[in-house]
Amino acid sequence: MPRIIFDADRCKGCGLCVSACPRQLLTLDRSRINRKGYHPAKITDPERCTACACCAVMCPDCVITVER
Amino acid sequence: MIVFERPNALTDRDTHYCPGCTHGIIHRLVAEVIDELEIEGQTVGVAPVGCAVMAYDYFACDMVEAAHGRAPAVATGIKRANPDNVVFTYQGDGDLASIGTAETVHAAARGENITVIFVNNAIYGMTGGQMAPTSLPGQITETSPYGRSPAVCGYPLRICEMLATLDGPEYLARVSVHSVRAVRRAKKAVRRAFENQLTGRGFSLVEFLSSCPTNWGMTPQEALTWVESTMIPYYPLGVYKDRSVREAEEE
Amino acid sequence: MAEKVLMKGNEALAEAAIRAGCRHYFGYPITPQTEITAYMARRLPKCGGTFLQAESEIGAINMVYGAAAAGRRAMTSSSSPGISLKSEGLSYLAGADLPALVVNVQRGGPGLGGIQPSQSDYFQATRAPGHGDFHMIVLAPASVQEMAELTTKGFHLADKYRMTCMILADGTVGQMMEPVELPVHTDEEPDRPWAVTGTRMNRPHHIINSLYLSPEKLEEMNFARYARYDTIREKEPLWEEFHMEDAEICLVAFGIAARVAKAAIQQARSEGIRAGLIRPITLWPFPEKALMRAAEQCLAFLSVELNMGQMIDDIRLATDCRRTVSLLRHAGGVIPTPAEVLERIRQIAGGAQT
Repeated sequence: MPRIIFDADRCKGCGLCVSACPRQLLTLDRSRINRKGYHPAKITDPERCTACACCAVMCPDCVITVER
Repeated sequence: MIVFERPNALTDRDTHYCPGCTHGIIHRLVAEVIDELEIEGQTVGVAPVGCAVMAYDYFACDMVEAAHGRAPAVATGIKRANPDNVVFTYQGDGDLASIGTAETVHAAARGENITVIFVNNAIYGMTGGQMAPTSLPGQITETSPYGRSPAVCGYPLRICEMLATLDGPEYLARVSVHSVRAVRRAKKAVRRAFENQLTGRGFSLVEFLSSCPTNWGMTPQEALTWVESTMIPYYPLGVYKDRSVREAEEE
Repeated sequence: MAEKVLMKGNEALAEAAIRAGCRHYFGYPITPQTEITAYMARRLPKCGGTFLQAESEIGAINMVYGAAAAGRRAMTSSSSPGISLKSEGLSYLAGADLPALVVNVQRGGPGLGGIQPSQSDYFQATRAPGHGDFHMIVLAPASVQEMAELTTKGFHLADKYRMTCMILADGTVGQMMEPVELPVHTDEEPDRPWAVTGTRMNRPHHIINSLYLSPEKLEEMNFARYARYDTIREKEPLWEEFHMEDAEICLVAFGIAARVAKAAIQQARSEGIRAGLIRPITLWPFPEKALMRAAEQCLAFLSVELNMGQMIDDIRLATDCRRTVSLLRHAGGVIPTPAEVLERIRQIAGGAQT
């Protein structure tokens, strides 16, 4: 099953993954502040993820692992 | 099955780069290629002075920190000393195209069998946003507060075009990381640049158009849009020299 | 005993470097050291080494930095204006604790200066070879034989203390021909477990670096380096004494100036003037103890230098200003004659007697 995993404490909240997702499934989690002090990225609708890895390709901080 | 994960050739360290800075993507592409070619154990990287100065902490291979602009000379010393090592430099625009222009041009002219990763973000990031040799005409920076005036400070350097006039280089390509597609293409160029070294074909340079959201005063996404809309027209993407293609055509 | 051959100082130095196992030379032509570069260009490719004419002195010293980081015995050579260009690299070599041999066959300055022999880079070599707190071991040959011997020694000291060793020669010893007994070949290089040769995936990565953003860590590195310098000051000073056993007037000179001084001392002795010479062979560390002993014995000092007076400061410091130190100086490539030095010895002797 397609799945993406965030190493949330590495995230700097830049949002490049959010813009990269072709299905607009990602958002910055305004309810959380990570170890670095950023709102980390999260997936809103994991069921619709295709594991295309566009988010991970654009992530400058290797936050995202993609499984299929 | 894992289809995407952090490459082994990066250490576990978090980078000091600003949010959305594409240095991180470029580091990862280099590391992915090192993993795919299974060369981490024989690779020696040379870090620059500039934002990527601490690249020595991020790449898991052996690393050397060079003086500002001198990475191609240092890499030359390493490669000539131990030709079995894979040697790459990772340099910004101030490092490679301003203070280190002589080292860059002559390593290229010698066809030194090294791989050069050149990160062009049209600004000095580490020192806080001053004019780079690659800052665009009209670009506002800390040291060109009224916009870069060619009448006062001349024109930007197009490194790939310049080096393409030399006989020495094997491979010169300009790539970008402003989109998923661009990143995937860029990786192919990096792979070529490392493969060329492994097969002894000589000097290979990949110029990345990279973003600097902090010093450009933009959001990370706006910065990528600026790369596409403003930098690429001045610095067209493409392969500027590929001796293997020319040889194939001549046959 | 090996046979003696007639060689130029620069060529003897180059051959000695090869015999010391140096296979990596990076340089740029400049008078009066170009014979070293040319010799290396001829010989190194024939013995499996790397000769590379760099784009600049800056390029050359950074190639040395790379080869040294890669764990190889590496060297460069130049003359005064070129050494100024290398000063950045010298600082980085010091900051990264890398061994290297750098040769300066000095010419007169400042600026483009001239191409005749000089010792006017004494301060640069012993005080401030580059930015930051650091020293190089500085060896001053006075003959073609020493051009060879001190090169061998220089490589060993560089490795022993993981630092740059400079051969501070001058245009005369570089250019003149003398019989020389060349050192025997040694191909073995010491183990350099810190070198960047690839992790082979069986050790943590090595980092050759001089950047420490933590002030405490940077200070600690400086203190550790200076602790090593203390050992060098204690163990490594080298000097020659000439007629010092009963000397009342102590001449101090190095390199070619020392040979002129010796000739003058012999004439002075024939006139009954008890003059002697201390010839520092290591300029850093300066042979302070020898000078202090001389200060207890001699009435006056005379520093003979091919510059406007640089080593004289070290003589005063080493002797705690206990005795008057006079200076016979020449600049721009002018070399004093023995007669001129003798005249100064006579003047000092006259003063000392009254």
